[in-house]
Amino acid sequence: MARIAILSYIKRDSLVHELTGRTKLIFFIAWSVAAMVTYDTRVLIAMLLFSFVIFKTSRIKIRDIRFVLGLAAVFLLLNNLFVYLFSPEYGVEIYGSRTVLFTIAGPYTVTLQQLFYHFNMTLKVICVVPVALLFIACTDPSEFASSLASIGISYRVGYSVSLALRYIPDVQREYHNISQAQQARGIDLSGKDKLFTRMKNSVAILLPLVLSSLNRIETVSNAMELRGFGRNRKRTWYNLRRMKRNDWIVAAFVLAILIVDLLVTFWDKSRYYNPFL
Amino acid sequence: MKKLSVKSVVAIGIGAALFFVLGKISIPTPVPNTYVSLQYAIQAVMAVLFGPVAGLLIGLIGHTLIDATSYGPWWSWIIASACAGLVIGLITMKMDISEGIDSKKIIRFNVAQAIAHLLAWGLIAPCLDILIYNEPLEKLFAQGLTAGVANIVTTGVVGTLLLVAYAKTVVKKGSLNKED
Repeated sequence: MARIAILSYIKRDSLVHELTGRTKLIFFIAWSVAAMVTYDTRVLIAMLLFSFVIFKTSRIKIRDIRFVLGLAAVFLLLNNLFVYLFSPEYGVEIYGSRTVLFTIAGPYTVTLQQLFYHFNMTLKVICVVPVALLFIACTDPSEFASSLASIGISYRVGYSVSLALRYIPDVQREYHNISQAQQARGIDLSGKDKLFTRMKNSVAILLPLVLSSLNRIETVSNAMELRGFGRNRKRTWYNLRRMKRNDWIVAAFVLAILIVDLLVTFWDKSRYYNPFL
Repeated sequence: MKKLSVKSVVAIGIGAALFFVLGKISIPTPVPNTYVSLQYAIQAVMAVLFGPVAGLLIGLIGHTLIDATSYGPWWSWIIASACAGLVIGLITMKMDISEGIDSKKIIRFNVAQAIAHLLAWGLIAPCLDILIYNEPLEKLFAQGLTAGVANIVTTGVVGTLLLVAYAKTVVKKGSLNKED
């Protein structure tokens, strides 16, 4: 069966796996916020180095996530290309000085400032990638709902997330079955048909999928209602784990990073670290 | 806040799973590296059937899962996806598809999705991108509007066809006639 390559939980024995889902969720959120806020090169490099250390301790191999890294690389490359095509002088604007290295053609010169801006922009994205990948690869999906609930999100929403994780393989299998059946009847989604025909053809696959999903929603929600889901304001979780010593240390560590990040970033009232002054 | 009903909880879960699976399937367009995003058609249909909160959370959960399993999450676009679902749900809130569908409802659905996607990709996504990533304005708006228009076309064609086909499958009230 043509499976789509999707990153999922990889069971290993490591310090990162041992942490509770709650700790990892807090870490993931604080880390993304920290990376989003700052543009300071020093902070970003420190975060990147830390994320490599964390990656190493998780015992996840590069081999396990190679296809994802490929996607990320293509994405970053395109993004950088577009930024450069649209405004080759953006770095000059930000850093307030201009050091021309060489000229490609017309307005497209390569300046040191522009390169530095691209470097920072790329860093900003890259330093989240290992943490995001680890969050998915090291968190048991069945623990996910309980960790969402433990940081104050309504357990109903947490339950929606775990239902989504639970039903992704089913929906995928169903999509595959329907599309094979429809392809046997001559419905084509590949590049051989016209775009509009392709879109119309996709309805022939989507409609059975939507109808069966609506049936599924009916069945599952009836089953949940019969078991009394949503009766009480609170809910206990089978796989909720207590925070251990390491959890507290990691949580404190990421909060410290976030605070340092905010301090360094807003100390001189500029998000940028400017080496050109 | 009103509590989510059990049905909405399940609809959000399975809707997000649909959003995810369709987001991973690519139908190529003539423009290189661009694909038809069928997930927005499904999101729009689910928002009409289950309301604004469902539309919002399907976008939020589905898009976060897509991003987190491919590269790091790109929060500004995730939030834009969520907002698109919310707006479609809000505008079509009083619309009941189970009573059948006519051209008025179809127009309303399309106006709703056009407003939602223009708002999400033409305004929310670029503005958040400026705030978070501080990329050049021209690039962000060009990117956002291209994505927005592509999503409007996809949702307009696929979403409308889905909605019409779905309405036909629902047995309407008083559809039985007594034979003379």
